[in-house]
Amino acid sequence: MGAVGRLPGGGLAKGLAVTLRTMTRRSITRQYPQVQPELPPRSRGVIALFEENCTVCMLCARECPDWCIYIDSHKETLPAEGGGRPRTRNVLDRFAIDFALCMYCGICIEVCPFDALFWSPEFEYAEYDIGELTHEKERLREWMWTVPPPPAHDPGAEPPKEIAAAERAAARPARGAARGPAGGAVRGPRVGRDGRPPGRGEPGGGGA
Amino acid sequence: MPDLLEVVLKLVLVAAAFAVLPLLVGQAEHKVMAHMQGRLGPMYAGAFHGWAQLVADGVKFAQKESVVPRAADRTVFKLAPAVAIIPYLLVLLVIPVGPDGQVALDLGLGVFFALAVMGVGVIGAIMAGWASANKYSLLGGMRVAAQLMSYELPLVFAASSVAMAAGTLSLSGIVEEWRWWWLPWQAVGAVVFFVAGLAELRRPPFDMPVADSEIIFGPYTEYGGLRFALFILAEYAGIVVLCALTTVLFLGGWKGPFLDAELGWLWTLLKAAVLAFVVIWLRVSYPRLREDQLQKLAWAYLVPLSLGQLALTGVVKVALA
Repeated sequence: MGAVGRLPGGGLAKGLAVTLRTMTRRSITRQYPQVQPELPPRSRGVIALFEENCTVCMLCARECPDWCIYIDSHKETLPAEGGGRPRTRNVLDRFAIDFALCMYCGICIEVCPFDALFWSPEFEYAEYDIGELTHEKERLREWMWTVPPPPAHDPGAEPPKEIAAAERAAARPARGAARGPAGGAVRGPRVGRDGRPPGRGEPGGGGA
Repeated sequence: MPDLLEVVLKLVLVAAAFAVLPLLVGQAEHKVMAHMQGRLGPMYAGAFHGWAQLVADGVKFAQKESVVPRAADRTVFKLAPAVAIIPYLLVLLVIPVGPDGQVALDLGLGVFFALAVMGVGVIGAIMAGWASANKYSLLGGMRVAAQLMSYELPLVFAASSVAMAAGTLSLSGIVEEWRWWWLPWQAVGAVVFFVAGLAELRRPPFDMPVADSEIIFGPYTEYGGLRFALFILAEYAGIVVLCALTTVLFLGGWKGPFLDAELGWLWTLLKAAVLAFVVIWLRVSYPRLREDQLQKLAWAYLVPLSLGQLALTGVVKVALA
């Protein structure tokens, strides 16, 4: 190729060769409406809400840099169980994200302590009016179904913190049994959930 | 009566070729250019790889309003597209596609007629540039005129070299006389003829007169709708005519490796199609020449080369005789 370029008219031949070679290769055009794009893992399409996990702690709304999360709630008093005092809990009335304002930074998802917010790769929610881009909790809950399972760790990567903690916890009762059952029994179930959020309606999360 | 039938049939065939071949070249340009740029080109119109794209374009052009600028020279403005396109139809009449009279009109002065009439096609663009009352159009028209001046000369020289070699001005006669060793003998003439023809058609890389990013399509700035479509059609008809003429003059027309008598027309079409591909290929590969480079190419390279070809043809002709 270099030798061709130095001959008289070699540059012209090179130009022709480049276009001809490109013609024999597959074109890179993506035929989007007909063929869905292959999105990379952790694509930031839309933010989905796992409503059952939300405790109305308001962290997401407060951390949001452009204030696009709207939350309304009221308190409910649960009748006393077995002679204890009555408990209160928060009930979510409205959870809306204005995707016209959202800049897809993902801080709300990072900051949620109860794993109620998730990235979904769904991106086809364009509207004709900017006001229609504010999506309520029903729509956000629907998107939960499109959230993919978390991608597997790279081979050779550090094991996830949760697994390491679970393995440590699993090893502990064996040693702790000699000393006494007290320590292991309390810590065991919480960490043994493998990093999953506390189950629905579980008041132990600290939201109340 | 059979004579009349034959004439009518030939005219219908020429008209059909004139209607279909430019569209085929245009569609090929869409797709070839796209793939040379790593794209797909039209994919929607007609459902299969956008085969109906140019039909859709035609419908769009027909729907548009036909506007004539107030300051324009109305008659000349309206006449220009016709002047641009009809000459190519006339040239198509005298191009032989096969042996034994497979030509609508077998003129004894075929080469002369074809070159003279092709030159008239360029006048259409000059008329458009003059009549549009627009400085960009005028600039484009002047550039078209300058290009016609400089490239007509090597075009005619190259063609006359072949006519000299064959000893006839008839296009059919030239193909009859043609032998395979004419390919190296007339190679320089063929390249000069093809390049000069491209320049006369204002095809990229010689599209300085219509440079859309500089003088906004030059002579065609003020045209819209069907009139504009006619100019574009004239460009593609010009490609068909140029490729067919190059085939007939330099590549042996209907002469192929076998079955010349039966498949002659197919050889002609095949060679013309390959040349049309080269026209598109050149467009994709090279950037536009500047106005002075364009003139320099004609006067400093093509004219001397074609004169050299003429001398070579004369010497070989005398040596053979």
